[in-house]
Amino acid sequence: MKLPAIVHKYSSPKNFYTMSGKMVPWFVWAFLLTLFAGLYYGFFEAPPDYQQGESYRIMFIHVPAAWMSMFIYMIMATAGAIGLIWRIKTADLMASVSAPIGAAFTFLALVTGSLWGKPMWGTWWVWDARLTSELILLFLYLGFIALQASIEDPRNAARAGAVLAIVGVVNIPIIHYSVEWWSTLHQGATVTKLDKPSIHISMLIPLLLMAVSFKLYYAASVLMRARGEILRREQNSRWVKEIVTEDVA
Amino acid sequence: MSISEFFYMGGYALYVWSSYGLSLVVLAWIFISPIYTKKSIIKELRMKYRQQERQQEREQQET
Repeated sequence: MKLPAIVHKYSSPKNFYTMSGKMVPWFVWAFLLTLFAGLYYGFFEAPPDYQQGESYRIMFIHVPAAWMSMFIYMIMATAGAIGLIWRIKTADLMASVSAPIGAAFTFLALVTGSLWGKPMWGTWWVWDARLTSELILLFLYLGFIALQASIEDPRNAARAGAVLAIVGVVNIPIIHYSVEWWSTLHQGATVTKLDKPSIHISMLIPLLLMAVSFKLYYAASVLMRARGEILRREQNSRWVKEIVTEDVA
Repeated sequence: MSISEFFYMGGYALYVWSSYGLSLVVLAWIFISPIYTKKSIIKELRMKYRQQERQQEREQQET
């Protein structure tokens, strides 16, 4: 299947660099706005939980971070696949620069989960399906980063990384359904299910605000990373030389 | 709710505030580090282009 020429034109590194530069400030402001709204509702409007008291407020970062860990992985694998099939450089680039951000969110989901688990379950860690599959996700991210760093040729690095990312997608439904398929300490889904969410609206609002805020954070930071990396990868093209020497980068 | 009550977090202060603090540190670092990376890439490229230009000038003088 061939892509229309317009896709190639708009995804060209030069066009990407110009467009993303205009988008970053908007994402940053929208991120800060939703972040402060989410924190305000999360700490001052949402009541303490009737079972868990104040400790449940960890949820407002734990759950969005865990969602992000899977969301970014899917973007990474999709971008990798697009780069593999249609050889779009910008897609390869997006896959590479997404990985450290995804790894950071996975790490945060694991650590905040641990910090929540200690007072509620009485243990920092159990080797159950949800926690173990999320840990495997962290290893997939780190494996992807290490693999790409070990291959010098950028095309081969992109290809190898994409294959690893695509194979690892199998872990994503395992993470999501782990709480249904196996008996576990981890509670089941309360928001992402077909039925009505079983979480009270006063807690759902800050949770969703934080989730949107984390997505905007990702959008801003992935573009910032991509803009630096694009200059390095395209250093032999004329437009990069012009931008760098004329000090408009 | 008083300020001390807020920071006490119903006895879960250690867990709640270390979760938020660590997230702040990690996310701030992920956000700020590419700014410095980009600056150093630009600096490197400037040097590289300058060297290339000097080399070209030298070659022109020799011919």
